[in-house]
Amino acid sequence: MSSSQLYESPDIGLTGWARWIWRQLTSMRTALLLLLLLAAASVPGSIYPQRSADPNGVALYFREDQQLAQVLDFFQLFDVYTSIWFSAIYILLFTSLVGCVLPRTKVHYDALKAEPVQTPTNLARMPVYQNEKSPEGIDPVEAGKKILETQRYRVVRRGDSVSAEKGYIRETANLIYHFSLVGVLIAVGIGGGLSFSGQRVLAEGETFVNNLAGFDSLSPGTFFDPERLAPISVTLDKFEVDYDFLNETNIGAPLDFRATVTVRTPTDDQGQTSLVRVNEPLDATGASVYLTGHGYAPEITIRDANGDISYSGASIFLPQDGNLTSIGIIKVPDNLPEQIGVVAFFYPSAIELTSGAYTSIFPGVIDPLISMNVYTGDLGLDSGIPLNVYALDTDRLNQVAGRGTDNPAVEIRLGETADLPDGLGTVTFDGIKRFASLDIAYNPGQVWVLIFAMLSLAGIIVSLTTPRRRIWVKQVGASFEVAGLSRRDDPRLEEVVRELTERIKKEN
Amino acid sequence: MNPLVLNEELSQLSLLVVYGAMAVFTLAFLVSGYHLSQAASSKTKTGNLRLETKTGSLLVLERVSLALSILGTLILAAGVIMRGIAAARVPWANLYEYSITGALILMMIYLVSVRSKEVRIMATFVVGFVLLVLGTAVSVFYVQVASLMPALQSYWLVIHVMVALLATGFFSLAAALSLAYLLKTANWVQNAKTKGTENFKAIMEIFPSKETLERLAYRFNISGFILWSFTLIAGAIWAERAWHRYWGWDTKEVWTFIIWALYAGYLHANATRGWTGKRAVWLGLIGFGAVVFNFTIVNMFFKGLHVYSGL
Repeated sequence: MSSSQLYESPDIGLTGWARWIWRQLTSMRTALLLLLLLAAASVPGSIYPQRSADPNGVALYFREDQQLAQVLDFFQLFDVYTSIWFSAIYILLFTSLVGCVLPRTKVHYDALKAEPVQTPTNLARMPVYQNEKSPEGIDPVEAGKKILETQRYRVVRRGDSVSAEKGYIRETANLIYHFSLVGVLIAVGIGGGLSFSGQRVLAEGETFVNNLAGFDSLSPGTFFDPERLAPISVTLDKFEVDYDFLNETNIGAPLDFRATVTVRTPTDDQGQTSLVRVNEPLDATGASVYLTGHGYAPEITIRDANGDISYSGASIFLPQDGNLTSIGIIKVPDNLPEQIGVVAFFYPSAIELTSGAYTSIFPGVIDPLISMNVYTGDLGLDSGIPLNVYALDTDRLNQVAGRGTDNPAVEIRLGETADLPDGLGTVTFDGIKRFASLDIAYNPGQVWVLIFAMLSLAGIIVSLTTPRRRIWVKQVGASFEVAGLSRRDDPRLEEVVRELTERIKKEN
Repeated sequence: MNPLVLNEELSQLSLLVVYGAMAVFTLAFLVSGYHLSQAASSKTKTGNLRLETKTGSLLVLERVSLALSILGTLILAAGVIMRGIAAARVPWANLYEYSITGALILMMIYLVSVRSKEVRIMATFVVGFVLLVLGTAVSVFYVQVASLMPALQSYWLVIHVMVALLATGFFSLAAALSLAYLLKTANWVQNAKTKGTENFKAIMEIFPSKETLERLAYRFNISGFILWSFTLIAGAIWAERAWHRYWGWDTKEVWTFIIWALYAGYLHANATRGWTGKRAVWLGLIGFGAVVFNFTIVNMFFKGLHVYSGL
């Protein structure tokens, strides 16, 4: 056999192949396999940290085993839900879905316009069947037709039989279910593209302006236009926490977080003051403000040997544990003989351990203490490389106070002033503020996602609970037959046929 | 705001009551198991002269087993309510509470469906599973009563978790029926060769036909699927309020989605030629495996925002 014959024999042409592929793709079996594949493909995203949800977890993978992390990254296992392979599966699945549902819509539309089917010749072969003697003096078929009509069946009489059908809404609802799922997908896509979410940490008294420069970090959607950021400013007036003091086993558990914020718009300079809590975001025009985290921002002032202020303010200390032992970084590049960097530990309720180290035993402020390791040298702020404000690269610095040096760590309590080593100056612990992490987010698609999701839920409920039922009544000599057939599971079919038969018998 | 008062003594008392319920369920389990074995032997020994008295005693056994199940459920309900009072909130905010309330809801769904004789026969499976859940709850999951963290202080805790519990209850019953289906149709049971497997085959023959088991499992699974879809939507609405986004592929969200997709696959399979019957039943059981995995392994060991096991 020559090779040309090989190519010629299955000559269905390009359109033939296309049609074959389309038919395979839109088959129920393919849809089922794609659905199961989607479930399986979701699993790795719960095992490996995802950049979208847990970027620190990803960074940790790279630190611990760079080679493994690179391999995982190559297969997009840190971005599973935006990966090529995951996208391919759901796009194929939805293509298959549309390809399956569109022809079904046509078929259903035709069925809605058509009359109920012909009465089968042999009703005794139907899953539910009854045969009874006709009651005196009435037409059982006509009686059956009347009863079925009142039960909102679609009814047609042909000769000596009546054919009835109801439950068309089962398929209608099923189609609505599938189209709504497509709606959900589209709303998720468009909404995600137009959305943004930005994070900002504010100490009490600080204000944030809703523009690009105002955020600590920002995740905009693909089509997000910064011009569309609502022109508002948000001031954190006050942040309060209630801790449990009362219940022995629960002491220190946070009971409530309350951020009092004032939102100002160009037309409203006074602003609106309201409360933001964890489950109660503030819905402003064009964005909502959510409370996502909190901690302490101790106020510290550093003076040089002459007593002139070289640094002063509240700085954000990141919480390290449930009792809010917190670490803060202070960088003083100017106004001192040398640049100094400070790694400071804040204990809201400090106790000294036997080792000499401190720890906090309660997250509220009972006996606050700051302990500082001091470094001198080039902070690298002039190199032009953006630096993390929450980290200090101590490798190139010279430690002058704290463990491992001649000088002990600088310890200060609230209101106290202590000397920095080597005559560098003094440091004062002026006060304690709290900070709140706020999320400012906007997603115009989410309301549509919800609408389509609810529509699909309604669709699936109606579709799974309404039976599509066919009933026939036929006169055979002096007796009549009643039979019923349902597409798929119908727990009440037998009962319906029995009741109908009884009612016909009692007609006269 | 009224001060929060936790009552750990009452919680300990509630734990004792749960132990009491477990004791009663153990009796119910033994009696229903004995009922199955007796029913099986009476079926194989047809022609027995004492068949009638045997049927009478079978009926008594079944009634005793049912009465014990009802009693155990009432005691468990008392334990769950006491736990709620002790914690001054709904009793489903950590894995322990979720498990005891889940066990209670499963028993309630079972007892409501028990009028159908095909469901009633599932007593051994259902009570056995409930014992397993309660046993794990008291020995592994128990935690002292604690206040609700601010992220959980929402009426969505009542709605979202309650519906998830209901869904899980329906899925569990469907899984029991599916398991019965698989045991009944398994090759080693059908072609029983040893005495032990023959006895087992006789027991499985008391169960409804495989068509009935499949159909009943389907009905429970569709109820579960509808409730689970609602759980997913309610969770997304809550997530938007609490975490600023309605969906973020958090580990628990991922598994909620996986479970949804598996059961959607199950529904699809039931409408796909060549996939009904055994394959669909297997798919339903795989879905249930994911449900169990989600509430145990994911809750306890996976990292995420959504991990409220309290352990």
